[in-house]
Amino acid sequence: MNICVFVKRVPDTESKIRINHETNSIIEEGLNFVLSPYDEYAVEEALRLREANGGKVTAISVGTQESNTILKKCLAMGADEAVLVKDEVSETYDGLRTARIIARVVEKKFSESNLLMFGKQSVGADNAQVPAMVAEFLGYPQINVVTKLEIKGNSGIAHREIEGALEKVSFSLPVVISAQKGLNEPRYETLKGIMAAKKKEIPVMTLEELGLKDEDVAPLLEVTKMESPPQRKAGKIVEAEPDEAAKQMVKFLHEEAKVI
Amino acid sequence: MILVFIEIREGKVKKSSLEVMSEAKRRADELKTDAQAVLIGHGVEGLASEVFPFGASKVHVLENSLFAHYSAPSFSQAIISLVEELKPQIILFSASSMGKDLAPRLAAKLGVGLATDCTATACKDGKLEVIRPIFAGKAFATVSFKSSPQIASLRPNVFPLLESGPKDGEVVKKEVVIPEEQVKGKVDEVLREEGAELDVTEADIVVSGGRGMKGPENFDLLRELTSLLSHAAVGASRSAVDAEWIDHQHQVGQTGKTVSPNLYMAFGISGAIQHLAGMSSSKYIVAVNKDPEASIFKVADFGIVGDLFQVIPPLKEELKKVISE
Repeated sequence: MNICVFVKRVPDTESKIRINHETNSIIEEGLNFVLSPYDEYAVEEALRLREANGGKVTAISVGTQESNTILKKCLAMGADEAVLVKDEVSETYDGLRTARIIARVVEKKFSESNLLMFGKQSVGADNAQVPAMVAEFLGYPQINVVTKLEIKGNSGIAHREIEGALEKVSFSLPVVISAQKGLNEPRYETLKGIMAAKKKEIPVMTLEELGLKDEDVAPLLEVTKMESPPQRKAGKIVEAEPDEAAKQMVKFLHEEAKVI
Repeated sequence: MILVFIEIREGKVKKSSLEVMSEAKRRADELKTDAQAVLIGHGVEGLASEVFPFGASKVHVLENSLFAHYSAPSFSQAIISLVEELKPQIILFSASSMGKDLAPRLAAKLGVGLATDCTATACKDGKLEVIRPIFAGKAFATVSFKSSPQIASLRPNVFPLLESGPKDGEVVKKEVVIPEEQVKGKVDEVLREEGAELDVTEADIVVSGGRGMKGPENFDLLRELTSLLSHAAVGASRSAVDAEWIDHQHQVGQTGKTVSPNLYMAFGISGAIQHLAGMSSSKYIVAVNKDPEASIFKVADFGIVGDLFQVIPPLKEELKKVISE
């Protein structure tokens, strides 16, 4: 089974997000960038499928040179190869652009891959749209927000999370799968893996090599303003006996907030 | 014209779709156009009348026996045929599980940009402009479109329902031909646990527990509270989920769900930045925590410094009193 896993470099979830109001973008300085958490589940699942069925796992990231650090992590976890698709345009918050690039990468270089794995969304742009768009461009089925995946031969079953329930979906390969938390428990890199990853070359592909011109992938969304969320005012804090405190809270909910 | 995809789950119209219909109507009035709805399914014509009160001037019903089972390729193909015919300037979805699955497939088919999970919409120069949280709500981006039709999905539980529209209207029914081989990755069945709880993204009240709950068995205390309240769901912090006290479906925060209920009740949750990002847009927040320095108190409208195990029993009694009135 040949598996491609698409990964993205994002600020870790501990990050405080500061905004550059002139460029309508986040200030990257001082942020700690990591492999997007949902992508980790995708990498782990790919490795498990390879261990069970044989084949090859290739980790691919579209981004700047800095994305090499997360590709190295994928290699250290056990991916066979990693590829950087170099794109100097910073975060556009436009999933269509990224999806076009990824679809082209698959068509040109990984058309034999029968499983394309993604995280259900990047932690950041929170678009949750690239996997489905790639699936559409390639004519593959898509199963998003997957918490269970079983593949035998050329077909499989996945559980996809919906509101308060799961959908059981059957599919045949090739397929696009996006991973949700709960799919697995991602492994830590081993020291041996880290050492081996250090030695591995990460080939670079450019948009030009892929035959993509700027106008082919021009962002179709524009961020015209970026702001911090409105600050909530701290409210009333009581330190009283439980009975009295509970009474006051319910009074607040009933009389002031009127939510109960 | 603004076209709204109306989602049907288990034979019922989803409330979040009606929220989108209502918002579409508000924007349509501003743009001096109308809002129409599309329903896709098998034997769903009867549901069309439920949509009119929320502002649809016309409801298109696309029928095919294959639509009894949802699949993004077949549903998006059905919508495309309608889009080509009607040429809407804006297409809106709910950012529900189905909407988030379907809208990008359609956007890719049309080759246009899509704004996901928006929390506000406006009209500017005759076009749609949306606000969407990014970084799980640590920042908000105002987004405009450079392609047409403009497609967006709107976050459930944020947009108020309009209920002034007519009870009836024109229903346009079409049989859509979809080759069976296009139905790729189809839903065989929906697995729902017996007595499954309401999803946190759809609840009016979220009652959440964190590390302070001390163990999985104590989440029953929160379930008891939700059973007293109407339209309430149990949520959890990441640490409670990672400790396997409760399923990750309940997790609120940056690697869980972002919620905006009327009321968020936090028990034993310290208020890590990832958690606050996921619930700060709740209308009201109340918190119970032992630690007076807990960050959750910085966002709470009402907080109790105390032991949640001592506070919950009288809280239940007080709530019962108020509710029975």
